Amino acid sequence: MSDTNYRDLSLNGLWKNNPAIVQLLGLCPLLAVTGTVVNSLGMALATLFVLLASSTSVSLIRGFVSDAVRLPAFVMIIAAAVTCTELLMQAYTYELFQILGIFLPLITTNCLILGRADAFASKNSIGPAMFDGLMMGLGFGVILVVLGAIRELVGTGALFANMDLLFGEGAKSWKIVFFDDYNQFLVAILPPGAFIVTGLIIAVKNWIDDGIKKREAARTAGQPKESRRVRVTGTIS
Amino acid sequence: MALITVSSPHAHGPMSTATVMRLVLLATLPGVFALTYFFGFGTLTNILFAALLALGMEAAILKIRKRPIGFYLNDGSALVTAILLGIALPPASPWWILAVGILFSIVFAKHLYGGMGYNPFNPAMVGYVVLLISFPVQMTSWVAPIGNFDGSVLGPIDALVRTFSASSVDAVTAATPLDVLKQNNSLLIEDLWASNSQFGSLAGVGWEWANVGFLLGGLFLLYKRVFTWHAPISMLIALTLLSAIFYDGGSSASGGSPMFHLFSGATMLGAFFIVTDPVTSAVSNKGRIIYGACIGVLIYLIRVWGNYPDAVAFSVLLMNFAAPLLDHYTQPRTYGHKKKTLQKETD
Repeated sequence: MSDTNYRDLSLNGLWKNNPAIVQLLGLCPLLAVTGTVVNSLGMALATLFVLLASSTSVSLIRGFVSDAVRLPAFVMIIAAAVTCTELLMQAYTYELFQILGIFLPLITTNCLILGRADAFASKNSIGPAMFDGLMMGLGFGVILVVLGAIRELVGTGALFANMDLLFGEGAKSWKIVFFDDYNQFLVAILPPGAFIVTGLIIAVKNWIDDGIKKREAARTAGQPKESRRVRVTGTIS
Repeated sequence: MALITVSSPHAHGPMSTATVMRLVLLATLPGVFALTYFFGFGTLTNILFAALLALGMEAAILKIRKRPIGFYLNDGSALVTAILLGIALPPASPWWILAVGILFSIVFAKHLYGGMGYNPFNPAMVGYVVLLISFPVQMTSWVAPIGNFDGSVLGPIDALVRTFSASSVDAVTAATPLDVLKQNNSLLIEDLWASNSQFGSLAGVGWEWANVGFLLGGLFLLYKRVFTWHAPISMLIALTLLSAIFYDGGSSASGGSPMFHLFSGATMLGAFFIVTDPVTSAVSNKGRIIYGACIGVLIYLIRVWGNYPDAVAFSVLLMNFAAPLLDHYTQPRTYGHKKKTLQKETD
C-alpha cells in the first residue's frame, strides 16, 4: 500500500470510521471518565499519545515479528507506551492522574489501540501508520471532549471547570457558568448520562450522514448515469 | 414484536386503546382525591402541568417523527403517563422537575424506542427514576399531611406558588412513613408509631387512604377487565409474604408490618396502575404471575435493605428488563398443539 491516501485516512478516523461512535471501540473510558471537559481532554490526550506511540512502533517492527507472536508483542508495546504516559501525567498533572485513576492503566486494554495496531499499523509503513494513529486518536478524542462538554453543561450548568488541572494555574478562570443557581442534574454526570448522550451523538451523526446521502441522491437523480456518446456511423457531410 | 405472525384463533380485543386509557384515567380519581384531601392541591397542580407538558411534548415529537399527531394524542397514553408521573412526584413539585420528568418519559422512554406500544420500559417510571437519582433533595421532600404542623394543607394558590418559585422547598415538608421507618434503628415499631404523628392508624396519615383509593380504582379496572388479576395480585401476595416473614414482631430491626407495606408509599398505585401496563409487562398469564411476584419481592428488598425508601419504580424497571425473557419461557400452548416438553419426548 504505497499509494496511501492521507485524505481518506483522516476522513476515516475523524468521521466515517470514527472509533468512538461508529466502531464503538474503547467504550470503557468513553463512558467512565467523560463527566467533565477536563477529564475527557486528559483521557483524550493520553489515548492519543499511546495510539501514536504504539502505531509508530508496531509499524517499525512489523518486519521482524512473526505472525504467531504478534499480538503479545503489540500488547507489550502498548503497555510500555501506557506506562510512559502514566509517568508523564504523574510528573506534570498529578491531580488529573489521580482523578482518572484506574482508567489510565486501562488504556492498555482499549481495543481501539490494539485494533489499529493489528489492522493498520502492522501492515503499513511508518508514515501512514503514524498518520492513522493521529487521526484515530483525534477522532476518539473529539468525541470524548464533546461528550464531556455536553455532560458537564447539562449536569452542572457550567463548562471548563478545573481546567487548571491540565493547563496550569492560568486556566483557573476559564470556567464559564451558564446558569447561576443551577440544580445539579445528576443523571448527566452519572454513568446513565454517558450512555444516553453517546446514543444521542451517534443518532446525530447518522442523521447528518442520511442528510448527506439524500442530498447526493437528489443531486445525481437528475443526471443520466453516464454521459452518452453519440455514435456516428458513416460520414457526415 | 409487531410482526410476529400469530395463528388462529384470534381473540378480538373489545376495547380500543383510547377506551382503556379513559378507564384508567377514571380509575385514578379516588386516589387523586385522597391525595388532594390529605396533602393539599399539590398533586392536582402536578397532574395539570404534567398533562400540559406531556401533550405538548408528545405533539412536538410526533411532528418531528412525522406521525399523525391527532391520532396519537387522542389515544390518551401520553395523558396517562403524565397523570401517573404527577401522582408519583411529591405534591407541588417545581415546574422544571415536571418538565425534565415528562421529557424523559415521553421523549426518551417512549418515542426514542419507537412510540406507543414499542417502549420496553414504563415511561412514567423512567421519568420518575431519572428525577429521583438526579434531584434527590426535591424528590424526597414530600409535603406534610393534614393535621401536622399548623394543621392546614396546601391550598391551590400555595401549590401554584410552590410550583413556580425557585426556593421554599423545605417549608412544609415531613418525612414519609417509609422514610422514618428506614431511618429508625433503635425504636420498637410501637414506640416509633407513638412518637411520629404522621404514621396515623395503619400506614401513615393520608398514605393509607390514598392507597385505599388506588385499590378501589384498581378493582374497578379489574372488574372492567382492563387487565387480568395475575400481575397485581401476585405482586401484593409476594409483598405481604415477605413483610410477614420479616416483620419480626415489631422489634427495632423490623421491616414493618404487612399492612404497613401494603398501604404505604406507592404500593397500590404500582400494583394496579404501573405493573399492569400492557406494553411493558409480561403477556402470558404465567409470565404475569412471575413478573408481579418478582416486583413484589424487589419492592420489599429495596424498601428494607436498599438505599431508597420506596422502590416501586426501580422494581418495575428491573422487571421490565426481564419481561421478554419471562414471555419466552412461559409461552402458552397453542391451540391444537401439544406442550413443548411432550413434543420433545415424542421426537
